[in-house]
Amino acid sequence: MNKQRLFLFIPLAIFVLLGVLFWRGLSLDPNEMPSALLNKPVPAFDLPVLPAPENPQGLVSANQDMLKGKVSLLNVWATWCTTCRQEHEFLNTLKAQGILIYGINYKDNAEDAQRWLAELHNPYVFSVVDEEGRLGLNLGVFGAPETYVIDKQGVIRYKHIGDVNQNVWTKVLDPIIKELQTQ
Amino acid sequence: MCATLIRLCTCLGLLLLSFSSFAAIEVHEFDNDVDRQRYQTFIDEMRCPKCQNQNLAGTNSPIAEDLRRELVFMIKDGKSDKEIVDFMVERYGEFILYRPRLSPATLLLWGAPVFLLVFGVIMLLLIVRKRRRLDVAVDAGLSSTERERLASLLNPPSNKETAKNADKKSKQEKQ
Repeated sequence: MNKQRLFLFIPLAIFVLLGVLFWRGLSLDPNEMPSALLNKPVPAFDLPVLPAPENPQGLVSANQDMLKGKVSLLNVWATWCTTCRQEHEFLNTLKAQGILIYGINYKDNAEDAQRWLAELHNPYVFSVVDEEGRLGLNLGVFGAPETYVIDKQGVIRYKHIGDVNQNVWTKVLDPIIKELQTQ
Repeated sequence: MCATLIRLCTCLGLLLLSFSSFAAIEVHEFDNDVDRQRYQTFIDEMRCPKCQNQNLAGTNSPIAEDLRRELVFMIKDGKSDKEIVDFMVERYGEFILYRPRLSPATLLLWGAPVFLLVFGVIMLLLIVRKRRRLDVAVDAGLSSTERERLASLLNPPSNKETAKNADKKSKQEKQ
């Protein structure tokens, strides 16, 4: 084969390379971003607790230390978030299974939030009111719902963006929690 | 003619213009122009985490509003540029920077243009040198007799004679 002729294949090679890259790009989810806070403690906060009959007696405000001790989920929710409504029922079933879920009522109206919990049941141990979204910002939240897995030391071990459903639970969250519980 | 050309150029120019949109409508007061300029640079160069192809300046999404407010707080607090960028990256990852920092992961990104430029210049020089050598080779390829012949072809002794000869030749060929 003539050596010069081989150069004619360069455009084809470039095309194939780009084709592979773009094809791969099609199957990537641009919303999937690793949490920057992974394996770091939950950022410090001291926020009022959303009043609810299920809350621990006399609890008015909460801070990051109250999440320590047991493996738990930290769920960012709001009444304006339609996906939160979708996942709410599943959170209720998780609570029935004995999973600890803490809530962050993110940039929401407290009255609406209380009504929401009364009507749809309250899956949370308690929810803190993050009206300005500053805790959310410190957590790197950019939308609701988002769910964090917190280990016994209060360290963030996983971040799930989007609703928690049976599929996500059995495939992703449950195995992580089971593993963390053995530690 | 000239007027049409100018009009055409203006149209083309307008076509290529693009203005970045600014949706940030809140009013933030700064003590000095430097801080205002820093704020503007930050919201221009940071990406909205929710609306991924817009900068913080270009969107009204609640998260962008929060981030802009946080930027104002930090600038007024007297935080340095590095502290502010670190704060954002710590929460939202490198993703938030439209101008990525130089790191092993972004080395290719930053290095590629320089590499390609150097590569291009080298290729250009090689090609030019090769061409020049070829030209020299063609020049040297003519022997002295060939040169004489070339000169006689280029400067015929008399034009009429050659014309006549050519006429004769064509007649002969016809016959």
